[in-house]
Amino acid sequence: MAIPCQACEKNSACVHLTDIRPSGEAVERHLCESCAMKEGVAVKPHTMSATVLEEFIKQGLGLKSLAERVCPQCGASFKDFHEQGLLGCPYDYTAFADLLKPIIEKAQEGAARHTGKTPGPSDENARRQATLSRLQRSLKQAVEAEQYETAARLRDEIRTLEER
Amino acid sequence: MTIDDLMLQRGEWLQGTGPMSDVVISSRIRLARNLANYPFRNRAGESDLAEILRTVSEAALSCRSCKDATALDLDPADPLDRQVLVERHLISRQLADAPGPRGVVVTRGETLAVMINEEDHVRLQALRSGLQLTTLWGEINTLDDELAERVEFAFDGRLGYLTACPTNLGTGIRVSVMLHLPALKLTNEIVRVARAAEELRLAIRGLYGEGTDAVGDFYQISNQTTLGKSEEEIIEEFGESIIPRVVEYERAARQALIEKRPVQLDDRIWRAFGNLRTARIISSEETLLHLSHLRLGIATGRFPKMDVKELNDLIMPTQPAHLQKRTGRTMSGEERGALRAAFLRERLHHLN
Repeated sequence: MAIPCQACEKNSACVHLTDIRPSGEAVERHLCESCAMKEGVAVKPHTMSATVLEEFIKQGLGLKSLAERVCPQCGASFKDFHEQGLLGCPYDYTAFADLLKPIIEKAQEGAARHTGKTPGPSDENARRQATLSRLQRSLKQAVEAEQYETAARLRDEIRTLEER
Repeated sequence: MTIDDLMLQRGEWLQGTGPMSDVVISSRIRLARNLANYPFRNRAGESDLAEILRTVSEAALSCRSCKDATALDLDPADPLDRQVLVERHLISRQLADAPGPRGVVVTRGETLAVMINEEDHVRLQALRSGLQLTTLWGEINTLDDELAERVEFAFDGRLGYLTACPTNLGTGIRVSVMLHLPALKLTNEIVRVARAAEELRLAIRGLYGEGTDAVGDFYQISNQTTLGKSEEEIIEEFGESIIPRVVEYERAARQALIEKRPVQLDDRIWRAFGNLRTARIISSEETLLHLSHLRLGIATGRFPKMDVKELNDLIMPTQPAHLQKRTGRTMSGEERGALRAAFLRERLHHLN
């Protein structure tokens, strides 16, 4: 039998979550698609391509402000990138991260993450990779053992290491 | 080392040696890099570009990989000299033509080059004849490490090396292999190769890369995806799987021509020879077309008058910039055509 959505109590739930509270307590939640979207836990697949964006810009439909967003480091706008196909500085990847995401995925066969070499001494990189896979193994074990407090800590640790 | 010194050499991409050199002309690996603390090239001012040129040239010259290298300042250089470097596959057309401070550091053997202020601040290139991707990766990886000890590259833990165009993001790697595919062209099987390449997300281009048509059956195949796979994975896929298959396909097509259409094949080869040794005016495109058929003749054992090295030695000197550089002045297309034809007749007249 389908579980009803816990938010609207009308539709049947299709998004099932386990939230880990700051206290470490695990809470299960069941939501329908529209309530999940409202709460920002699920999003419609991103389909905005460069050409669609161009149309939006031309028609000036609401996206005007997005195209005119400016990188605080180099002063290039997203429109500049759109016209020239070239970014203004390395920081553009941060300043326009959300707008570039679908463009990068389209150009790179859906890939979003670098797995190749890193600058600097290679042993440091190898150590980092080794730590990462060790943490990921522990996380998997913790989840399987339903040790959510440990899992949450490991997840944060992995995130921090990945951001570096 | 000057441009004139380079002119005395055969040119790395025309050595005619290396694995699978009956079909593979040359292999190239390029890495795109940018300095962390500057705007990308298209947004950098004149003084930024000058500073980047100086910084990267000095850094490159101090690397062990570049111990016998020369830095060439391209902005003040003679346009003809820049064109010579393009014909030797040492710089891109874009670097030759773009305005502003820019340059290249080239090793004596022409196997390594560091282009400065092209689309990205730094484009490293490793080039060798034949299929030698693993060797090239070793060389360019070392040079990249050495440079990274001297300058800070723009890098992000998630996105990898940050490039001016997101199509180069991540590894920044472009692996290109130049192939001679006359039999696939003659049998029109090349259409199927192109379709397969498209499915594998590979680009097929002409002799001088982006925006050029295939002249004389020379095709360049390169990867287009740079993010999500490691450099080794991309190289292995190319060197172990994709290229050997195309090579096998071309060899099979050559064999089929020999067995099923030997007279037509010989007709192509000998007409090409006839044209090259009798023409009174000839373009570089027509020259390459005939040389391509002669090369097919040599590879299939049906034209024993020359070897691949002798044939390759006709390619570079007949390129427009090399021809003019050797004569010491710029010439009209017609004048070049006459000079090229005279050069070819002189080189071929003793073969009967």
